Parts: sequence; C-alpha cells; structure tokens
Amino acid sequence: MSKSTMKYIGKRLLMSIATLFIVILILFILMKLMPGTPFNDEKLTEAQKALLYKKYGLDKSIFEQFFIYIGNLLKGDFGVSYTIQKNAPISMMLASRIATSFRIGLQSVVFGSIIGVGLGIIAAIKHNTIWDKIATFVSVLGVSIPSFVFALILLIVFGREIPIFPITYDSFHPFLSSILPTIALSMLTIAQIARFTRAEMIEVLGSDYMLLAEAKGLNRRTLLLKHALRNALVSIITVLAPLIIGVMTGSTVIEKICGIPGMGDLLVEAIQANDYNVVIALSFVYSAMYIGIMLIVDILYGIIDPRIRLAKEDGNE
Amino acid sequence: MSKEVKFHKEDFKLIGIQSDLNKERKAVAPSFWKDVFHRFKSNKVAFAGFIIIMIIILLAIIAPMLSNLSYDTIHTAHQNIPPRVPILENFGILDGKVDGVDIYASKGIKDTFYLFGTDTLGRDLWVRTWEGTRISLFVALVAVVIDIVFGMTYGLISGYFGGKVDNIMQRIQEIVNSIPSLVILTLLLLVMEPSLNTIIIALMITGWIGMSRITRAEVLKLKEKEFILASRTLGATNFFILVKEVIPNIFGQIIIMSMFSIPNAIFYEAFLAFVGLGIPAPAASLGSLINDGFESIQVSPYMVIIPVVVLAILMLSFNMMADGLHDAFDPKQKEM
Repeated sequence: MSKSTMKYIGKRLLMSIATLFIVILILFILMKLMPGTPFNDEKLTEAQKALLYKKYGLDKSIFEQFFIYIGNLLKGDFGVSYTIQKNAPISMMLASRIATSFRIGLQSVVFGSIIGVGLGIIAAIKHNTIWDKIATFVSVLGVSIPSFVFALILLIVFGREIPIFPITYDSFHPFLSSILPTIALSMLTIAQIARFTRAEMIEVLGSDYMLLAEAKGLNRRTLLLKHALRNALVSIITVLAPLIIGVMTGSTVIEKICGIPGMGDLLVEAIQANDYNVVIALSFVYSAMYIGIMLIVDILYGIIDPRIRLAKEDGNE
Repeated sequence: MSKEVKFHKEDFKLIGIQSDLNKERKAVAPSFWKDVFHRFKSNKVAFAGFIIIMIIILLAIIAPMLSNLSYDTIHTAHQNIPPRVPILENFGILDGKVDGVDIYASKGIKDTFYLFGTDTLGRDLWVRTWEGTRISLFVALVAVVIDIVFGMTYGLISGYFGGKVDNIMQRIQEIVNSIPSLVILTLLLLVMEPSLNTIIIALMITGWIGMSRITRAEVLKLKEKEFILASRTLGATNFFILVKEVIPNIFGQIIIMSMFSIPNAIFYEAFLAFVGLGIPAPAASLGSLINDGFESIQVSPYMVIIPVVVLAILMLSFNMMADGLHDAFDPKQKEM
C-alpha cells in the first residue's frame, strides 16, 4: 500500500468517527428533548426518584451523561423499551431482528448483483438488438418504480391470485417467505447494476486490449469472462454503496408489507407507538451500519483503483 | 495561333438566382434552447413521458373539480364498491362485479359509475386518487424547488470560492450525507407533527446534497475557463460572474438533476406515508392511499392497485423525461 493510500484511509476513518460522534450527539440531544421520563409514576416519592436517577446516572452533569451515553451505545446497551415491550432491553429485541434484516438484505444484494451483471453482459454483447432494448427497459423500470410497489404487485400476483408463496412472513419457512421480498428489494440493484455493467462492457469490448486478446486467438468465453468482465467489475464496485443504502431504506417498507420481523418493521412500529428509546437505538444502528458500509466501500475503492478515489475527491462522481 | 474567338449571346445562360449561393452563409444557427427542444421532441420515449406527465397533471387538477363528490365525502351506503367504467363494463372488465356478483346491483346503484371504486368509508377513489396525485406532485415540486435554490447556492459558493471555504463546506456536506436519510426523516418526524410542511422540510433536508454536488462539480470545471477570466479582467464582481456567467452555463445540468429528484421526492413522500408518517387524514396523497389500500389488499386489491399504478406511471414518466432531457442538453455524452 502506498503512502497516499494510507493517508486516504486514515482521513476517511477520521471522518467516519467524526460523523458517528455527531450522530450520537444529535440522538442524545433528542433524548433530552423528549417529553416525559421513564419514571413518570406518581406513586414514586422524591427520595425514590433520586435513587432511580442515581441508578441511571441522571444526577450527573449533562456532559458526563453524554459520555456515559456514548459508552453505553458502543457497548450495545440501548436502554429499555417504553411501550412496545415494556421494560424489555432493546438490545435483546434487536438481536434477532438485525439478523433477519441482514439476511434478506444480503440475499437481495447478491441476487440483484448476479442478475444485474448477467443482464448487463447480455445487453452489451447483443448491443442494439431486441435483447439490449429489453434489458434497458427492465433497468428503466427498476430504477423508476419503488421497491414497495414491486412488493405489492408480487404479493397480489404470487400471494393472492396464484398462491405459491405465503402472503405474510412465516417464521417456520423463513426462506420460502423471504423469496418475494428479496425479489422486490433487488429490483433497484438489478436495474442499476445492469445499466452500469452494460455501459462498462460496451466500453471495454471496444478497447484495444480486447482486440489484442481476440487477435491472440482466445476463445470467446475466456475473452468475455477473464478480460472484459473483470475490468468492468472494478467500476461496478462504485455503485454498490448507494445500492446497499437503497436496500436499507427499501427494506423498511418491504418488511412492513410482508410482515417480516426485521429492523425496519420494528422502526415503523416504534415510530407509531412513540417508543423513543427504540427509535433512537434503531437510528444509531442504521447510522452506524451506513457509516461502516460507506467506509468499507471507500477504502476498497482506494485500494483497488486509485483513479476512482482521485475522481471522487475532485467532486465528479 | 492567334485565332479570334467570337462570343455569342447564346453561349451564356443564367444558371440560377444569385441569392441561392449566399443562402448557406445566411442560415442562422438555432438558439441553444430551440436546439434542446428539438432534440427532446425527436426523442419519442422522452416525449411520451412528457405527454403522460401533462395528462396526469391535468387530471390531478381537473378531475376533483368536475366530480360532484369531494375527496372527504363519506358515503356509508357505498362502501367497498369495486370500479366500474361505462364502456369497458360491456367487455367483462371493470364491470363492478366481484366473483360474479354485481355489487352495483346488490347495493341498488344504477347510474353512478365509480371509475376507481370506493374505499372502506365509501369515499370516491377517483377523486381521492387525483387529489392525492396533486398533493404528491405539489410536495415533490416544492421540495425540489427549495433543493435547487439551496443546493445550487451551496454548490456555487463552495465550488467558486474554493480553498478553506470549500474544505469546510464539503466536510459539512459529507457529514450530513453520511447520516442515512431514513434516520433524518424519522428523527425529524419524532420532534414535529406529521403535516404537509413537515414532509416538505424533511424532503428538503435530505435532497439538497445531490444538487450541491452537481453544481460544485460543474463550477469547478467552469471557473478556469477563459470567458470567466475575461469577465474578471473586465472588472466583473464575483456576484456578477456567478449569476451571469456561471449559472446560465450549469442550468441544463440543474434541470436534469431536478427532473431526477422529482420522482425521488415522490418516492420519499409515499414512503413516509406508508410508514404512517404521511399527510394526516382525511387528506390523501398517493402514499397514504397505498397505505390505506394495503389494509384491505386481501379483500379488495383494487384499492391498492390503482394508486400504485398511478405512482408507478408517474415515476416512470419522470425518469423517461429526465433521460431524454439529459441527452437533449448534452448530445455528445449520449451513450453509445
């Protein structure tokens, strides 16, 4: 790794920590602004309240409280839920939900990338034919129609009219019931990756080194997979970060529609039930995941292809 | 050798009108905007998108006005009536029947046609859908206009002045950008009551970044150009250069960007409504209609299908139009 790459990674790391700090600060201020305390019980005497405040560290200065709060968040201690599951520790509520959301998110990103790359390659090889047009149409459709619309259509068609898949999530058949949401969630990924792969492949296929490889007499398979696709894939990484984020946002609604017990579902429930603690915990988890993903992808760019990094720093994405 | 050559009048003839020769020189290059419009018009897909958007806007304005029902008229006798359309009913589709039972006959409705059916409270969905479309479009438009004003100003200042100013402004932008919009929206709605204004503010907070980035990138490209230097040499102030030299040159990019952000804003509005943070009832937006319809997806799927289809068509049309505008403004960049 060159010195400039190290410097770049260091800078990105510092920036991520700063962002996370600001997010925590905002969350902390919001917590303090929220009306009511968890000890709104009229039966409590002043002395009992003071004891409770001491127990939860609420008698300390706001500054100390903030640092205790950071420590708790980083330890994964998010406090307890007020309304959804009274007094249940939020970290317990989150554990299984994060796993479910993560599984479905991962499934859709992987599925979407594979289909997307496939579509893109077909469109590029059969450039300007009907296949190309179909692939382009699919990608325009995928980019412009929100994932929850796809989810609703899929549920109506394959859940209600032709009942192949369960219409709501069935925890006894986690894979079967995750198929429809995965497809719906991956539409955006398919569309974006297909679009990008097509453009990249067309460029690579027209390059001189491809001509050379062809002149050497390599067969079509090696030519496409080893020479063209590999080079095209490097640039595809650049679109992955916004896609993963799109999947995160999309999953909130998808989870509600399909009744998947995931983070998004909990977030919607918590907002509607005014369970501030849960909302704030989820906001922290979402932000931390988001910042983490952005950091990893940015570091990957820096290592794989310094040109991408430079282009990003210049402001042209 | 010297032989006298005699010219006769017949040896010469007029070959054409003189003015023809000069015609080419006189031809006027079409103005930039005319050119853009021409290219846009010749792009069939983009133009179709434009026409569809116009039709939807027209319907959203006129349809609620023409109907004698209002979007919040509750008609308890006419609940859950499926759609019936005058001419199509003769072909066996949209004839107001559910599983072979004519709901209209059983409820004793003769002359009324609910084009999109009614909802669980007996409100006419035709009026509600177009009313909802109008609100969704309004929210998107306002959000995007504010995005343009704020994002463009931010990008202009950051890109044009550069140096320390740029550095600080970019760090701020990066931090705001690293907080997921989902989190910003939910936190904002925790502190504010869900209403039209809240939704617009939420969309604004998350939307300006894209605009400012595009503007900054364009300004960075432009500010080293000779015409800017010329303007500065002539003593133009920074403000004058920004307004008169830079903005007209980046305007195309801004329009394209805003065309892409409108469907995005419509999506976020629908998204918010769908998680229950939308416009409070009885007002409707496309998102809240989808949300309401979703509750009865098993019994009467038309309630969710109609707003979903309108939303999908609207977003698709905006994207098609934006793609076309992109090519029209910058034909060189057109993909292979």
